Amino acid sequence: MDEAKELERFDDKIEQEIRIEPKDWMPDDYRKMLIRQISQHAHSEIVGMLPEANWITRAPSLRRKATLLAKVQDEAGHGLYLYCAAETLNISREEMVDQLLSGRAKYSSIFNYPTLSWADIGAIGWLVDGAAIMNQVPLCRASYGPYARAMVRICKEESFHQRQGYEILLTLCRGSEEQKAMAQDALNRWWWPSLMMFGPNDDASSHTAQSMKWKIKRFSNDELRQKFVDVCKEQADILGITIPDPDLKWNEESGHYDFGKINWDEFWNVIKGNGPCNKERLQARIESHEEGAWVREAALAYAEKKKKSELVGSPSN
Amino acid sequence: MSNQSEPLWEVFIRSKQGLDHKHVGSLHAADAKMAIENARDVYTRRMEGVSIWVVESKYIHATNPDETESLFDPANDKVYRHPTFYDLPDELKYM
Ligand SMILES: [Fe+2]
Ligand SMILES: [Fe+2]
Repeated sequence: MDEAKELERFDDKIEQEIRIEPKDWMPDDYRKMLIRQISQHAHSEIVGMLPEANWITRAPSLRRKATLLAKVQDEAGHGLYLYCAAETLNISREEMVDQLLSGRAKYSSIFNYPTLSWADIGAIGWLVDGAAIMNQVPLCRASYGPYARAMVRICKEESFHQRQGYEILLTLCRGSEEQKAMAQDALNRWWWPSLMMFGPNDDASSHTAQSMKWKIKRFSNDELRQKFVDVCKEQADILGITIPDPDLKWNEESGHYDFGKINWDEFWNVIKGNGPCNKERLQARIESHEEGAWVREAALAYAEKKKKSELVGSPSN
Repeated sequence: MSNQSEPLWEVFIRSKQGLDHKHVGSLHAADAKMAIENARDVYTRRMEGVSIWVVESKYIHATNPDETESLFDPANDKVYRHPTFYDLPDELKYM
């Protein structure tokens, strides 16, 4: 079939909400856009384990330690689901890992901020996982089948992440003055970077229009960010702490909260590698990859050896 | 860095006794035993399964999407394969 005809069939499927599967014909740019988005998303899950792992050994109770450990383990799983989804588009795992470790691939800028106190673990669960959920729920209907299926599995697991974080903050906010101050301090530091997680404003986002046309994304960055602000305001009120934005106020006319200007210079600066922890995060990934090399080699050598001995077999069985 | 890579495996999980194994995703592992152990960790952290199958992906043979029409359309005009095709009186019971 010629390319024009294939393209027409592809557009038709998108139009009719028929999912695209790995062996189906797809435009080159659709494949490229998916590889970029899914692999970045996978890298974010993997790098995202680092700031939280920082607190596993120092969690204040066994209950908190068990839940944080389970959450971080989930994030590893999310990374693996997503790498596999990306691999169906003909990019190898090694290539993606290489892109991350060589600094060519991006991951969510939020993970380049440090976790300074235990309250940060609460703020990450509430805000960072909360923003991720806001982004990810519509992706369960993404036009590419393997991506959508991975997102369904991920979203099922995310809600506990957000609830455990909120519970940590709630406990602190109902505790002593110092504990409440810790929670407020964490909110002060994580609020703006969390809003940046939704990406640049719509008029500055180069990929959004095409991505929405192909039904990978269903809502624009600004739409999702607005939804996030609206729900967070009320959740902050329940905690009794204040969102660090003097311009945040209810707008009767729009039916939404207005909020202040985001510092996009900071956002682009962190993306470019100059955030507080960019170097540390990448270094941790490189070290763990290099230190694990002998394990991968040994496993492959063992599998090879066993295959050979099975081929020779023993005559008695 | 090793340039030899671990093969890809497809993972199938039986969610409970009495149901079929269903494809859930894939993963990399050096051999079948490790593939099963990894599948346990990656795909059954919340009691999603009671049994796991893994198959090396290279052994899966599939229909070609270009042949979808010629393969599956012939069933389209054979409505007489469905019970609703048959005109029977409303009074007829238990059929
Ligand atoms: Fe996640
Ligand atoms: Fe999460």
